[in-house]
Amino acid sequence: MMEFFYGIPVLGLFVQLAAYLVQIVPGIAPIMLAISVPLAFGALCGIMNERSGVVNIGIEGMMLLAAFFGFIAAGFAAGSAELETSGPFGVTLPIVFGVAVAVLVAVLLSALHAWLSITIRTDQIISGTIINIAALGLTGYLNRIFISPNPRLGAGTFRTWGPPDWLTDLPVVGWLFNMFLKQGPIAMSLIVFVILLQVLLFRSRWGLRTRAVGEHPRAADTLGINVFALRYRNVILGGVFAGLAGAFLTLEQTGSFQNGMTAGRGFIALACVIFGRWTPIGAFGAALLFAGADAFGRTVRLIPPSGDLAPLGDILGTVPAQFYGVLPYLVTIIVLAGAVGRSVPPAADGQPYVKEGEGG
Amino acid sequence: MRLREAGGNALAIVAVPALAVLLGLVAGAVVMIISNSLSTGVTDLTLPLGAYGSMLAGSVTGLDELVRTVSEAAPLILAGLSVGIGFKAGLFNIGANGQYLMGALGAAGTAAAVSAWSPWAAIPMALGAGMLAGTVYGFIPGALKAWTGAHEVVTTIMLNFIAAATIAYLVTGPLRTPGASFARTGDVGNAALPIIIGRQTGTGDLGILFALAAVPLAWLLLSRSVLGFEIRTTGANPSAALYAGMRPGRLIILTMSLCGLLAGLAGAGQVLGISHFISASYSTSVGFDAITVALLGRAHPIGILFAALLFGLMRAGSALMQIRERVPVEIIDVIQAVILLFLAADIIVRTIFRIRTERGGVEELKTVTRTYGGAA
Repeated sequence: MMEFFYGIPVLGLFVQLAAYLVQIVPGIAPIMLAISVPLAFGALCGIMNERSGVVNIGIEGMMLLAAFFGFIAAGFAAGSAELETSGPFGVTLPIVFGVAVAVLVAVLLSALHAWLSITIRTDQIISGTIINIAALGLTGYLNRIFISPNPRLGAGTFRTWGPPDWLTDLPVVGWLFNMFLKQGPIAMSLIVFVILLQVLLFRSRWGLRTRAVGEHPRAADTLGINVFALRYRNVILGGVFAGLAGAFLTLEQTGSFQNGMTAGRGFIALACVIFGRWTPIGAFGAALLFAGADAFGRTVRLIPPSGDLAPLGDILGTVPAQFYGVLPYLVTIIVLAGAVGRSVPPAADGQPYVKEGEGG
Repeated sequence: MRLREAGGNALAIVAVPALAVLLGLVAGAVVMIISNSLSTGVTDLTLPLGAYGSMLAGSVTGLDELVRTVSEAAPLILAGLSVGIGFKAGLFNIGANGQYLMGALGAAGTAAAVSAWSPWAAIPMALGAGMLAGTVYGFIPGALKAWTGAHEVVTTIMLNFIAAATIAYLVTGPLRTPGASFARTGDVGNAALPIIIGRQTGTGDLGILFALAAVPLAWLLLSRSVLGFEIRTTGANPSAALYAGMRPGRLIILTMSLCGLLAGLAGAGQVLGISHFISASYSTSVGFDAITVALLGRAHPIGILFAALLFGLMRAGSALMQIRERVPVEIIDVIQAVILLFLAADIIVRTIFRIRTERGGVEELKTVTRTYGGAA
């Protein structure tokens, strides 16, 4: 029935694109969610920071260092022994240890960022950039020393869970179960964290206080909220998410470490925060959109539109492969250019707080 | 009295960066010892001495070595000025990397096309193309910031990735030279910059002069021109600049374009002077090193010159260090990161060395975060 519209010039191509998306999305949905995981976790870190008034541009570096140290820790813990795996996710002690180390590293870096931006009142963008540059340098150096001479280093990855067929074969909604359940443990925990943070931020005392500190720290201070302590706590806790994002990359997705493997995900995560209007669910939606752009680019090359959709396939086929590769970066720029100004950040975002009478 | 104050002031300005470098070298030594002992099981406390010694031996002990140092410093000077001028305007140009890459691409592509021309025409043509490409690549984030408020830190990082992909596409496709065993552009031929100093291992091309000339020019621009005054005013206090009738939007675009031009020239100089072609996977870290250079030089052209020479020295000497002491060259990145940390948290340096002065340093650049996210 849709085929009727395919012949219309220009508009027909959009109808074909829609039909193509309907055709491929159920199949690539699990991959899409997996791509969105580091973006969404990074965005949760950004929300924890910015909602309490601290800009964190160093998420990229935190992710990278967490990914590196998580991988190294798991690898050396595993040694060369054959490991017993248990449970549906292929959980081994070294991998869990690696995740713990990754989270710890990101938390320590967050503590550094908190100290630099809250106590020292360094420019927060510079503080974050230092973390990014340090991460690139340190991982590059340590990679050369510890990973290059040990090519077999690694503890493998978590396994993805296979949801039962009767669930994924359900009509209409089956592919959604496939999307959210055919995942490893870190990806699955994302959904829990997104909902939890959304509820806490808008329905709890902590959330109200956090938002108050991000919007109007002086008023919050007057009401007896300890601005410094709350900002410290939130920035440091935000590090947990950056750590999970890093751990996901090396211990759930790839099982290896490459220099600069975060490839800008920490920055795309910031765009997700803005696009999602500083809400966890919104940011998760934005992350899915970016992941969709990424997954679409990969799919077009593997399974180009064919049959009735061949005209669309011809056009998409002429676009160079590199263009699909930069799609997420392009979308980030467009989102920033289009959404900023219309979506309003927390009023005190990026401003260090100085208690009255203490001078600046 | 005034003289002593001025002398004390100069000392205070140099003290923190110098001590940050010192602490960076100490931290680098600690990292060397610990990582060496973890990976080989041997704890060698003299390793840093050997490493820094061979770093110096490879960078300052003769004419060849000195020329190599200056040659390594040249792109850092230009890119450092690019980042530094941005700082003065309250802009954080993390995109020097992408602008450098686009400059290299523009120069390499044009040079391959005009390689048979007379050098007098080919060199200006290729250099101009490189600078133009860099300028355009600086203009984009400037215009995005001025017109839409998109923060340059995120847009320039994204543009860095897009620049790398653009090179990959053009060099594997339209610009690929036929007959080469891998994807690369054609040789720059007559557009190559002439060698002006040195022989054999250490040669310096005309690009060195461009970099050295850019320092006084940048100084003149910033301290002696109307544009420089407007840049500094906008950086220090945008509302005052607006009130005084300056147009911050126009200045942001102009400054970012200028930043792009400088970084583009750095890339063009590298291609025309040293590599003579680019491959599809051409990449660089000059843009990030330039951030350290600009912060270490306190965004002042003279400071940037010295900071760039320091890192040029480390880069020039690092090859010998890796051969002699088996310390990976990446140690420089670690040292650089520690220096940056101490520059940002200069309170640590002041506490360790008991310096009591007005806070300066990164503090004076406290204009960058202001425009993040919200309305510019």
